[in-house]
Amino acid sequence: MTRVLLATTALALLAATPALAQQKTVKIGFVSTFSGPTAVIGNDMRNSFELALDHLGRKMGGLPVEVVYEDDQQKPEVGVQKSQKLVESDKVNFVIGYIWSNVLLASLKPVIDSQTFLISANAGPHQIAGAQCSPYFFSTSWQNDQTPQAMGHYMNQKDVKTLYLLGPNYAAGKDMLGGVTSTYKGKVVGEDLTKWPDQLDFSAELSKVRRARPEAAFVFYPGAAGVQFLTQYAQAGLKGQIPLYTAFTIDAITLPLQKELALGVPGAQQWVNDLPNDANKKFVADFRAKHKAYPSFYGAQSYDAANLVSSAVVAVNGDLARKDAMRAEMRKANYASVRGPYKYGNNHFPIQNFYLQDVVKDADGNLTLKTVATIVENNQDRFHNECPMSW
Amino acid sequence: MLLVLEQCLNGLQFGLLLFLLAAGLTLVFGIMDLVNLAHGSLYMVGAYFAATFTAWTGSFVAGAVLALGAALIVGMAVEVIAMRRLYGRDHLDQVLGTFGLILFFNELVRIVWGPAGLSLPLPAWLSAWIEILPGLDYPTYRIAIIVTALAVALLLYLLVMRTRLGMLIRAGASNREMTGALGVNISLLYTLVFGLGAALAALAGLMQAPIQTVQIGMGENILFLAFVVIIIGGIGSIRGAFIAAIMVGLIDTLGRAFLPDLMGLIMSSRGASQVAPALSSMLIYVLMMIVLVVRPAGLFPVSIK
Repeated sequence: MTRVLLATTALALLAATPALAQQKTVKIGFVSTFSGPTAVIGNDMRNSFELALDHLGRKMGGLPVEVVYEDDQQKPEVGVQKSQKLVESDKVNFVIGYIWSNVLLASLKPVIDSQTFLISANAGPHQIAGAQCSPYFFSTSWQNDQTPQAMGHYMNQKDVKTLYLLGPNYAAGKDMLGGVTSTYKGKVVGEDLTKWPDQLDFSAELSKVRRARPEAAFVFYPGAAGVQFLTQYAQAGLKGQIPLYTAFTIDAITLPLQKELALGVPGAQQWVNDLPNDANKKFVADFRAKHKAYPSFYGAQSYDAANLVSSAVVAVNGDLARKDAMRAEMRKANYASVRGPYKYGNNHFPIQNFYLQDVVKDADGNLTLKTVATIVENNQDRFHNECPMSW
Repeated sequence: MLLVLEQCLNGLQFGLLLFLLAAGLTLVFGIMDLVNLAHGSLYMVGAYFAATFTAWTGSFVAGAVLALGAALIVGMAVEVIAMRRLYGRDHLDQVLGTFGLILFFNELVRIVWGPAGLSLPLPAWLSAWIEILPGLDYPTYRIAIIVTALAVALLLYLLVMRTRLGMLIRAGASNREMTGALGVNISLLYTLVFGLGAALAALAGLMQAPIQTVQIGMGENILFLAFVVIIIGGIGSIRGAFIAAIMVGLIDTLGRAFLPDLMGLIMSSRGASQVAPALSSMLIYVLMMIVLVVRPAGLFPVSIK
């Protein structure tokens, strides 16, 4: 009898173990670009995310964290496939990442339809801030229009009267140019959307800029394209002739390649590596010690995404089925963001400050970014009224 | 008017760059009957070599010359080690084999140079600009590309049409068995032709490097255009590649430059700025389709072997 009991107990335990094991980890899918020319951005996000997990002791709410990294190859069709795989076969609790707005737009539906939380650590297309907003979506970055809107304000301050706009022809490029025109008060004398991501030679567009003779040019060229653009701008003899204003074109990843070409070119950002809060000091110092380079804003947003998710898991004591309670906690943004405290709007996009940043040399002679001024405070995106969600 | 002229120069420069890439591709395809998808990898390797050698020697020209020599050696080594296995096999086998080489080269570059990419700065004398006509300044470096590519096109013409080696290349292209039977070392000839193609690709890559960044996979997108060029020009024809490359360069550049304004005449400027980029990126493929319909073998078909 005892033997039978023992055997039954053992069998029951055996059967129960997998189920218990599943509940005993927080499973996170991380979608970013890990191959091709923009893989450096994905690697930077992964490094920052891993650093955040290290700082959290690789546990959230007492549960160990398991991460599945997936490469979207910067292609929407690959991104949606990988996102589906994460929710359907890996059964992750959270999907984090997404550099590119077109990839995020394609991937959103399968994730939120499965009632899995999606935290964008970069892309912020206006559709998701407005009509397509979702209770299962959060952003630890910005809505695309916000950063160029801040740049528009700054150009008004600098009294720029005529402006030429340049950006890539995809979801984010259109948002960026739309954002800057919504706040800029001068006259837009020309606008070009270039083929994305494979147009790397801007000779035709630069010739048009030169002929249009604007007082300034605003550009959005993320990743390696930013290096190519600044190089060709200088080669065309336009640097120094027509001042550049940028969004997401100069960052910690591109600066080592842009070098002196980036000096004196202002940009706007919600996070800069020298923001003086404690969470940021720790993030930047530990990142630099480990990777011998400055972290980028992509990394900072990924670091925040890990901490936002952790705050939600801690709030429910690791009971990942309590999604409403986790959402309620994330809405408070109750964690130490490296950008400093911020609030969430009704559409789950941050209401936050945007800073003017400039390129300087640090103590070791390396180029880095520095906060110069606050352009706008507690800025909320211009699409939140179109989002039916309220709480 | 000056803007049109300037955009034509931009188009010419882009077209000549495409020609350098397409010339190697069409030589290898036409003479050796080999579909080489890894041609873009040689373009990338040329750019990486140039960035490295320029950093070592401190001179852009010396770096470029060393890079060309190194690319020639790499090209011949690739031919001896890998390509020989693919001659006479199905085109699909060749596509598969050379696609594998793309992956191999991308990974090799990642191991040797790291994933972040390199920059190849121009010397001061090349990063200035010249006043070609009153009111028309043009970057010196882009003029240097035009002059170099035209010189290479001329040399290539002389090589193929006026030298003994060129005669053998043409003979090998029209009947390889007969040429071999007459005592010509065909396999050495193929190694040389492949090395030459590699050097041309590397030249295109290293000239493009200071304009763009040197990065993994940089040759893959431009390779599509090179294939379009050799299809339009007629496979195996250097003259066809030259004319088709300039056509593609001009149409692509002028489309990008002027289509938004033309579209603006018939629709709102906001709509035009959305539609024009999509339409202009289609233009060269439209051109290819028209050529394929009218002259299925390309503009300058090479006579059948």
